[in-house]
Amino acid sequence: MKIVNQPLRKKDAMQLVTGQPVYMDDIAPANCLVVKLLRSPHANAIVTSINTAIAAKVPGIEAIYTWEDVDQDARRFTCAGQTYPEPSPYDRLLLDRHVRFVGDPVAIVAGETEKAVDKALSLIKVQYEILEPILDFHQSLDNKILIHPEDNWESLCPVGADNKRNLCAHDECGAGDIEAVLADCDVVIDRVYHTKAVQQTMMETFRTFCTIDTYGRLNVVSSTQIVFHCRRIIANALHIPQTKIRVSKPRIGGGFGAKQTSITEIYPAFVTWMTKKPSKLIFSREESMIASTPRHEMEVHVRVGAMNDGKIRAIDVYTLSNTGAYGEHGPTTVGLSGHKSIPLYRTESYRFVSDVVYTNRMSAGAYRGYGATQGLFAVESAVNELAAKLDIDPIELREMNIAREGDMMPAYYDSWNTSSALDRCLKRVREMSRWDEKYPVRDMGNGKVRSLGIGMSMQGSSIPFVDVGSATLKVNDDGFYTLIIGSADMGTGCDTVLAQIAAEVLECEYDDVTVFGADTDVSPYDSGSYASSTTYLTGKAVEICAQKLRGKICALGAQLLGCSADEVVFDGRCVTRTQPAADGKNSIALADIATASMCGNSVALEETVTKSSPVSPPPYMVGVAEVEVDLLTGQAEVIEFNAVVDCGTPINPNLARVQAEGGILQGIGMALMENITYTPEGRVVENSLMQYKIPSRVDIGHIHVEFESSYEGTGPFGAKSIGEVVINTPGPAIAHAIYNATGHRYYELPITPEQIVMPEK
Amino acid sequence: MLINIVLNGKKITREIEPDLLLIDFVRKEGCFSVKRGCETSNCGLCTVFLNDKPVLSCSLLAARADGQQVTTLEGLQEEAAEFGAFIADQGAEQCGFCNPGFIMNALALFRENPEPGEEEIKEYLAGNLCRCSGYEGQLRGILNFLAWKKDKKRGVSL
Ligand code: FES
Ligand code: FES
Repeated sequence: MKIVNQPLRKKDAMQLVTGQPVYMDDIAPANCLVVKLLRSPHANAIVTSINTAIAAKVPGIEAIYTWEDVDQDARRFTCAGQTYPEPSPYDRLLLDRHVRFVGDPVAIVAGETEKAVDKALSLIKVQYEILEPILDFHQSLDNKILIHPEDNWESLCPVGADNKRNLCAHDECGAGDIEAVLADCDVVIDRVYHTKAVQQTMMETFRTFCTIDTYGRLNVVSSTQIVFHCRRIIANALHIPQTKIRVSKPRIGGGFGAKQTSITEIYPAFVTWMTKKPSKLIFSREESMIASTPRHEMEVHVRVGAMNDGKIRAIDVYTLSNTGAYGEHGPTTVGLSGHKSIPLYRTESYRFVSDVVYTNRMSAGAYRGYGATQGLFAVESAVNELAAKLDIDPIELREMNIAREGDMMPAYYDSWNTSSALDRCLKRVREMSRWDEKYPVRDMGNGKVRSLGIGMSMQGSSIPFVDVGSATLKVNDDGFYTLIIGSADMGTGCDTVLAQIAAEVLECEYDDVTVFGADTDVSPYDSGSYASSTTYLTGKAVEICAQKLRGKICALGAQLLGCSADEVVFDGRCVTRTQPAADGKNSIALADIATASMCGNSVALEETVTKSSPVSPPPYMVGVAEVEVDLLTGQAEVIEFNAVVDCGTPINPNLARVQAEGGILQGIGMALMENITYTPEGRVVENSLMQYKIPSRVDIGHIHVEFESSYEGTGPFGAKSIGEVVINTPGPAIAHAIYNATGHRYYELPITPEQIVMPEK
Repeated sequence: MLINIVLNGKKITREIEPDLLLIDFVRKEGCFSVKRGCETSNCGLCTVFLNDKPVLSCSLLAARADGQQVTTLEGLQEEAAEFGAFIADQGAEQCGFCNPGFIMNALALFRENPEPGEEEIKEYLAGNLCRCSGYEGQLRGILNFLAWKKDKKRGVSL
């Protein structure tokens, strides 16, 4: 392979490092109306009256909208970017008279300047009937307080939802007689784990601008991972036809799943549709902290049963998930907490039961790892505890029990483990981390100890039978190619990775493939960049597309050479006859074919391929944290994190590596510092980067990533996904290391210095 | 009020509101490399030079820059490309949103301390948050750049 598996520079790299204006707020028209939202100060309330008369008189104010401008009986919608019919319930209105969390929008204000809008916001008078909220997700199910009592609440899919029980989803599955197998085990680890809501905290906050285009349509430019879903969501929210809407994305300043939910789009869309004037909404960091779409808080009850010789026989998982005020990604995230943790192990029996409940907190959403992160913290922690109980080395215990390539994985939707280097990942991480020498703990002699801990992880590669990846490739003058995609590069480098795949198949230079995406008016349909789908699924579409395009190039080349398509070959530069021609016209250059295609030609030199996959091959990873704990202050610092990843073939090893490094540090943040907490009234405490600390470069020693690649036959050039699997190991590995340092087990994240010095009994 | 600023080497005179922040001023002047990531002076995305010293433009009134020199990445394109290429070679620019502020501050570091050690680098850039990279690739890029610079210097003096 010449281009695939090469560490090429990202297509947009030099534009980004030199600070070119490529993001939403750099390209928004200067005359955009400024849009802001008035937010509820109450966690659960009904707006009884709202007076905007004085606010509307502020000079420069263009429009103020309240629930009175929105039909409260109209069909509800979800902001979750998912394939229709969405599993997430239709539980939102553009503006709802019933506000359900502190920060829920009460009014939309649009004006010429930020100052005018701020002034108007302060002059709107709202009266609320304050209702008792539910903030604790343990209290939610079958509570007499209903978060969504309304009759136009709707669940489109059979996910076991019931708004009259505060239930967003319920599911049960399993194999074998779990109770009997557990009863027959020598040892059962039976624990309850708790992970909190945490923020994606991408550096570019949520933002969108809208204009009316030449055809009178609504043109939405948004920092989004999901242009096509976004178009439908806006249509649902505004109750206008999708034909009236175009959505495109510029460069995106990070997403991590946050921008798989339409957090901002619907508001400026409404303003521009009503006023026919350009408008923009840019969330402040505070808004991105209090009214966004963080990870689902989950409580995961795990029972792992094993024999004294180390054989794991059964895993039982029950997950309670907190979706907050709205159900975005509620029914689907929870599934990963079991389906992407249990299958790591060969078991005789398993069971996985889940409930997802509403509360009066901000809605949760999609965050890298998507539920697997929570489940893996629990299951991997339980396995570490099991190892201690059995007095077996935790790596050895895993080597005895992991699912191997070729296994059937019942808990992974009964699919085959088609490619796995998990065993090699374990072996390599043992060497990298110098496990045999350093495990479990070393006293550094200064009140500090250094200890190791381990965790494994898996994820999927696209949602099987659902996700759609597409690519269009066309030949231009001179014989260069344009690749048009609907997936969204949000810093992941997918524009580059997909171009590498195209260039490899077309045997051209990497620079000869230009990339365009994503625009609903232009791009072929793609469900978007989420669910670890882009490299695997859209990448496969690109591969097939490029192969088909080669066929067309040959066909036209042969026509120009006066022979049939099966008498020629294409080497990336020329189409050449396999048998010399009588007239000596043996070969024609791609550039000449391209030129000829623009004169008297009836063969379109372009191709579009759409791909869905019946399988979702898991990438794997093993992570070992080396943590230094100051036993006096409780300060814990990750001084080394060693990780070995099996993402199949890394299409671009540089980009795969930085994905892994970045995901690991996010996982470390979740393990040691990040947490969203609420006041008793339901207000988020961590509403800025001052309170909500994400790791800075002094909070981490070194992260080392290596690859042990399996070959996934269904992926492009053997590739699987990389984006999400990388965030899941720090949680269990760090908790394990801290146990080895302190002798105390932690069942909740984050683990703070206070908890380390003063552990709860 | 009226202010005079030398922005990226160009003298400009503008009528501004007294409470206008420097970040909004420079963006209005087309310096879009300057980004806002927070309201609490915690992210470093908005770093610019005020008389060649790095400052957070979100925490400074434009009026305070009256009569002084302000430099953004737009005014340092060559340096940015030279150093940025090493970040690009790691793939560590990723989403890119933190890059201008990070690169401004890194350039300030190199001016102050041409041969910083790893800990010095981390300390100096501690205020530049990045959510994509895990900082490791940025560090590799910096170290490679410094090694290249050193070689270049040696080459010249030989
Ligand atoms: S914008 Fe965050 S520090 Fe200036
Ligand atoms: S590259 Fe995205 S925040 Fe640094």
